Amino acid sequence: MGLTFPLLATVTWLAALGAVALRRPVYAALSLVVALLGLAAIFLTLEAQFLGMVQILVYVGAVVVLVVFVIQFTRNDEVPLTGLAFRPVSLGVGIAVLVTGGLIACIAGTPEWAVKPPEGPPPGMRQIGEGLMGVYVPALEAMGVLLTVALIGAVLIAMRGRSTSLH
Amino acid sequence: MERIADIFWLVPVLPLLAAGILAVTRRPHRRRAATLAIGAMGAACCIALLGLGATLLHPEEPVVRNFTWMKFGTASLELGWVLDPLSAAMAAMVSFVGTLIFIFSVGYMAHDENFTRFFNFLALFGAAMLGLVIANNLLLLFICWELVGLASYLLIGFWYHKPSAANAAKKAFITTRIGDLGFLLGMVWLYAETGTLVFYDGGAGCLEAGGLDALAARGPGGLLAVPTLIALLLFCGAMGKSGQVPLHVWLPDAMEGPTPVSALIHAATMVAAGVFLMARVYPLLELGAPEGGSTTALTVITWVGAVTALFAALIATAQNDIKRILAYSTVSQLGYMFLGLGVGGVAVGMFHLLTHAFFKALLFLGSGSVIHGCHEEQDIRYMGGLRRKMPVTFVTYAVGMMALAGFPIFFSGFWSKDEILHAAHGWPVSAGPFWMGLLGAALTAFYMTRQMLYVFFGERRQRDAHGHEAHESPAVMTWPLLILAAFAIGLGFVGTPAWALAPEYLEGRHAHLAFGHLFSLEFIGLAFVSTLVVAAGVGAGWWLYGRRPLAPAEDVDALAHLSPEVHRVLGNRFYVDEFYAATVIRLNALLSRGCDLLDRWLWGGLTALVAYGFLGLAWVGKFFEDNAINRGFDLGCRRLDRGAGRAAGWQDGLVHNYLRALGVGFATLLLILTWGCQS
Amino acid sequence: MVPLDQYLLLSALLFGIGLAGVLTRRNGIIVLIGVELMLNAANLNFIAFWRHRADTGAADGLLFAMFAIGVAAAEVAVGLALIIALYRARRSVNLDEAKELKG
Repeated sequence: MGLTFPLLATVTWLAALGAVALRRPVYAALSLVVALLGLAAIFLTLEAQFLGMVQILVYVGAVVVLVVFVIQFTRNDEVPLTGLAFRPVSLGVGIAVLVTGGLIACIAGTPEWAVKPPEGPPPGMRQIGEGLMGVYVPALEAMGVLLTVALIGAVLIAMRGRSTSLH
Repeated sequence: MERIADIFWLVPVLPLLAAGILAVTRRPHRRRAATLAIGAMGAACCIALLGLGATLLHPEEPVVRNFTWMKFGTASLELGWVLDPLSAAMAAMVSFVGTLIFIFSVGYMAHDENFTRFFNFLALFGAAMLGLVIANNLLLLFICWELVGLASYLLIGFWYHKPSAANAAKKAFITTRIGDLGFLLGMVWLYAETGTLVFYDGGAGCLEAGGLDALAARGPGGLLAVPTLIALLLFCGAMGKSGQVPLHVWLPDAMEGPTPVSALIHAATMVAAGVFLMARVYPLLELGAPEGGSTTALTVITWVGAVTALFAALIATAQNDIKRILAYSTVSQLGYMFLGLGVGGVAVGMFHLLTHAFFKALLFLGSGSVIHGCHEEQDIRYMGGLRRKMPVTFVTYAVGMMALAGFPIFFSGFWSKDEILHAAHGWPVSAGPFWMGLLGAALTAFYMTRQMLYVFFGERRQRDAHGHEAHESPAVMTWPLLILAAFAIGLGFVGTPAWALAPEYLEGRHAHLAFGHLFSLEFIGLAFVSTLVVAAGVGAGWWLYGRRPLAPAEDVDALAHLSPEVHRVLGNRFYVDEFYAATVIRLNALLSRGCDLLDRWLWGGLTALVAYGFLGLAWVGKFFEDNAINRGFDLGCRRLDRGAGRAAGWQDGLVHNYLRALGVGFATLLLILTWGCQS
Repeated sequence: MVPLDQYLLLSALLFGIGLAGVLTRRNGIIVLIGVELMLNAANLNFIAFWRHRADTGAADGLLFAMFAIGVAAAEVAVGLALIIALYRARRSVNLDEAKELKG
């Protein structure tokens, strides 16, 4: 119990690091899979089983598959594919470190957050269903519209790209 | 009577409708236009004759119809029409003569390309004149009065491409306008004094007890009594319209219009409007007259009339234009009417107006026929010998001439003129007008004889030997002449002393047969004197012009043989026009010159000074603007432009740079929040 | 049980990694992966706060996370379509290639 979270956290973080740092996009995508699975496991430790499953289904099952497809589709062998893809000390990394440092400082500076979760089981599927079909119906509907629009938009953008390339 | 009064308003409205329709009728629809105008006028004539018949049966009380035109506050303006002997007789005369003249115009204007427009104007004139006649309100009368003036202007200037016609139209309009100013002032004053302009309003009208009492109570104001002043102001309008000295100058010039116009407007109807106006407001004129005496207003009218009658007759003796002679004759006869009005009352003046309308219209139409037959020749010296060529015109013209000259017994002019002389003879104030009238009558006979001899007798004198032969006019022109000739003879018999139908009727009384009057010593004596005078005039005319007919047209006039100076003065119309040109017009020109100078140098200078001042200010402003504001602004713009260019350089299109900026912003935000959390 | 701040710490670190990837990598696909990591870090925050709330009656935090996942899915779809379009036009997924959008 005591070791579960640090282990998962370490694996997730390292996998995330690989996902952005590996030169080969396919490796990066695979590393992302690991990171996402780690996150799903962490969700489970938070007793958010439903969300963990959603995370695996949506991200690992859909998003990453999409990413892999695109990677295959845009394969380009001219780029050297070994080692890290960026210099460790660069402006971008500096900014990222700065932001992370700020966040950590903020967390560390807030003692109220060093709390354990309350006893008893958290709300389950029932509450989720009532929330989705009750207060959050408009949001759910908007989400559906958004996904439809995104679907059509994605298809249109991809198609238009082909037509311009044909000219 | 009541029922006819109800529809009496149709009399002016029918021609008005015709005029309205004709105004939008296209030019080629000649037959339709003539039919419409003549039909409307004829219908109006029928109604007017009905009114005449009704008033002949009941001449005593005027029947009026008033309606409210507009209200302001408690006061209201009433318009309306009146059916009484005066309006009915005038309406009948105007519409009847008008109809005949309309018919005559069909022949006379047959070759004019603006035939439709001519009938439009004629109908408008007819409507205005009939409206004037039946108006029961000084305001409505004034409105129609001005409309008549407008129609007259349009018709005199009908051949506007002729400069003389255009000038004559302007002259007529402006000259009558001088009189109209007096009319307007008098009208406004009358309204101020009595509070009403309605003539007959059940006792409250301005010609009835209500208005007259209010005026009489006003008493003398300044030099003259208020009613006298008002009456004289109204008389100013009448003078202008009826061409009395000194405002007569426009009438002869108005002969530039087509001859039917001269006949209709400047002989029978419009020029008589002044006389009619005076007859209408006669209660005002005789207000406060002593028993058997005269008022100041009537005295003035009498003298003006007498002077005009003599003066114009004198001028007429030395004119050569056939229509101008008739025009001066008209002026003279209008003088007689005012004379009769002044000395003898409404009936005397109006009876002469009615008879004169018929025989003067006859003479004008006859002259039109002559002019038409002689191919637009108007100078009597170039006519001559026309009695064989134009027999109908000759006979009818002779009737008209004898009626005008006052041949005894059989012609209407004799009776109406005799009545005027009779009244003048009995005038208590002065004997002058009587003698002037008598002399005028002799001159009338003289100049008409002269004209007859020049035009119809002697040898044919053409301007060029190869010109067209004179010819008789078509039936559409001769028939009106015949009808008018019949009236010129017959109308006299309704006004003889024995059966004074017309005068009594016009005074609002029933006539009675009384042959005794015919044989009274006074009448016989006066008739004898006037016959003698006419005979003298005709004899003198024949002696001068008949014995030795003018052989070539350029021959010297017989009168000029006798006394060249007198003839020159008369021929030049007493130099009245020149006198006006030298005085009024020159004064006017001088004044305008002065105004011009004042305008140009004083006001112009001031204006220019102010303008230059502002110009200088504007220049300073421009300088400041150019050098301070614009330059500063330009500088600012340039700086902004350069800065923007530099800022635009940051937008290099590289996503990562944007993201980095985003990241820096986020980090900064986070730091601020963290710092906020810890504090 | 694990205290809240540790989750938050992990979330912050994940976010930092994602941000670093977004800012430094030029491959559009990797940039998208970085964005996804940042989103997941936010989701982790939602869940963590939800679990550690004093009263646990409602499922608000969970639902927020769920909607975030949905939005992320839409965003990935559009983003990848854009990358494909870019690739078609440039034969490359390098974001530096696309810099027409400059001032």
